[in-house]
Amino acid sequence: MRKYVPKGNVQKQSYYTDRFHVVPSTPRTKVETDDVFATHLKTLEAKITVKSSRIELNCMVVEINHEDNFKALEVLKEECGYAMLSEMSAVDYLAKDKNFEVFYQMLNLKEVKRMRLVMRIEQGLALESVVPLYNSANFAEREMFDMFGIVSNNHPFMKRILMPDDWEGNPLLKTYPLHGDEFASWYEVDKIFGKDARDVIGPESRDEGKIERYDSKRFSRVGYEVPFGTEVTPGEEVKTEIEYSKTFLVDYTKGESKTIEERK
Amino acid sequence: MQQPNKLSPFFENLNFERDDNTMVINFGPQHPSAHGQLRLILELDGEQVVKAHPDIGYLHRGIEKMAENMTYNEFLPTTDRLDYIASTSNNYAYALAVEKLLAVEVPRRAQVIRTMLLELNRIISHLFFIATHALDVGAMSVFLYAFREREFAMDLMEDYCGARLTHSAVRIGGVPLDIPSDWLANMEKFCANLEHELEHTYNALLQENRIWKMRLENVGVLSAEDALSWGCTGPMLRGSGIAYDIRKEEPYELYGELDFDIPVSDLNDSYGRYRLYMAEMTQSVRIIRQLMPMYADTKPQLMAHAPQYISAPKEEIMTQNYALMQHFVLVTQGMRPPKGEVYVPTESPKGELGFYIKSEGDPYAYRLKCRAPSFFHTGVLQQLLVGVYIADVVTIIGTTNIVFGEVDR
Repeated sequence: MRKYVPKGNVQKQSYYTDRFHVVPSTPRTKVETDDVFATHLKTLEAKITVKSSRIELNCMVVEINHEDNFKALEVLKEECGYAMLSEMSAVDYLAKDKNFEVFYQMLNLKEVKRMRLVMRIEQGLALESVVPLYNSANFAEREMFDMFGIVSNNHPFMKRILMPDDWEGNPLLKTYPLHGDEFASWYEVDKIFGKDARDVIGPESRDEGKIERYDSKRFSRVGYEVPFGTEVTPGEEVKTEIEYSKTFLVDYTKGESKTIEERK
Repeated sequence: MQQPNKLSPFFENLNFERDDNTMVINFGPQHPSAHGQLRLILELDGEQVVKAHPDIGYLHRGIEKMAENMTYNEFLPTTDRLDYIASTSNNYAYALAVEKLLAVEVPRRAQVIRTMLLELNRIISHLFFIATHALDVGAMSVFLYAFREREFAMDLMEDYCGARLTHSAVRIGGVPLDIPSDWLANMEKFCANLEHELEHTYNALLQENRIWKMRLENVGVLSAEDALSWGCTGPMLRGSGIAYDIRKEEPYELYGELDFDIPVSDLNDSYGRYRLYMAEMTQSVRIIRQLMPMYADTKPQLMAHAPQYISAPKEEIMTQNYALMQHFVLVTQGMRPPKGEVYVPTESPKGELGFYIKSEGDPYAYRLKCRAPSFFHTGVLQQLLVGVYIADVVTIIGTTNIVFGEVDR
């Protein structure tokens, strides 16, 4: 039987997991332990529903419903003094919980406090854009759309930002392989030479670590060097008698080495 | 009338040719002043910019995707390729984020070395800024002088870690090496030389230079509200009159113990920002001067003691069986940090460089987001460039000090 490979997450997985390994958690405290955060949370709770809250590693994390994102950021900006949206993006939980986690990382410069607003959103649903509040969301929301496919409504220019406009697939999804999918391997061939050239050129090798033993144009096998471009048939390689290759391929069993003698 | 085909696609200025309208031009991605791979699509009315659209992604390598497929230690050298002008700042920001997640304590000597390297990298980056900015504006000789000093700084980096550009000089939990024997003496020489050069070469060449002031003053004016709204940090924020430096406000490493000033400018323009960069270099020299005597009274330990996450020192690995076993597990499988999420900001030469790491307890990060200052500084070009003349476009790109390794990631 073929080994089961989870399709929802094709990222690299640990090949060995200790059955008895208990994963610890980062220390989390209640928001009430910090006065400033507690007042901010109270202001926020008065306006919108807060699902959960905690302080994790000096940062308040507040979970809300994704419909309230604009209102929550408005309250945080106008009433709690979070003047800067440092960063926003998403985390893919499609395989586990069938949704994304979107986070907004905020900074209050006056009180020197950082908080993170998190919300879960199902695939296919759109968020409200927060560009009217923070211009920094302009690029950040485009990047989120590019990488995860989460659309922001009423964004001034909702287009891909890092990948080409005609790209298919969202690279940061857990279902997207590291070296790209089928579409990615044909993208440049189609773009530069046209689809007709597919048979002649073949798919692009997107694994930069790949070594082809019989490709004499890009690789050279030590001890079996051939002139550039020679076609090598597997199984019929000819050993080359080149001096320098001997320095690499020292046969310690044959030579007269003192150390080996001693070890014997 | 154009007849574009596959070999000659040409469609840009139809509008302009038809009814004497605005003209659309492409600036980059191969323009020498585009600081790497910036493509700006500018809509021009005469010589004035009506609309600017920064098109990025030409250097996109998927570093965040790679982070999800690499163990924590494997990923560290990749962070060199973010802001490749000051690689140690990236290494450090990443290492600090992981250390916060692991809750490990870094030994004192490693802290001294790290802070010194960070400030040295700040000087390297700022010298690069002065050099390229002056070159963009048209002052060729400043470029040559600044690169000479930058070369001395890079020699110091080379003496420490062997690399000049992609340093990887910081490890998760400390630093890999102690400083060489004559390094501090060389550093003192470098500092004295830099102070002298700052005063007598750069300031003398630029500060009151009539052409330099004409090209920079009132160009790229960014108000404090806009700077906050666009997520500007570092010199872009302080150049708009907001005194916020993460080293001072949320001190990390040894910055809490050090005595230094945060230069702020309320000129809001490119000239103010240039003055900030110069002042910050003087402050960096001041910080390094304070750090040098601190090194002497530290214990020789360089890496944190946390056997669950960080390999023991080489001597222990070579002599003790259990340390070797733990080292083997950490190298082959990677460390497994606690479950949780962390966002750690640091003050890189360009601004707030932060790493958001989401860990599910596996050796691979579940999600890593790099908050790069240049990414947001590229976004602000959409506003800064509107209404300026095309000659000032290059000045404004220069003053934002964007590096494309960081923008595209």
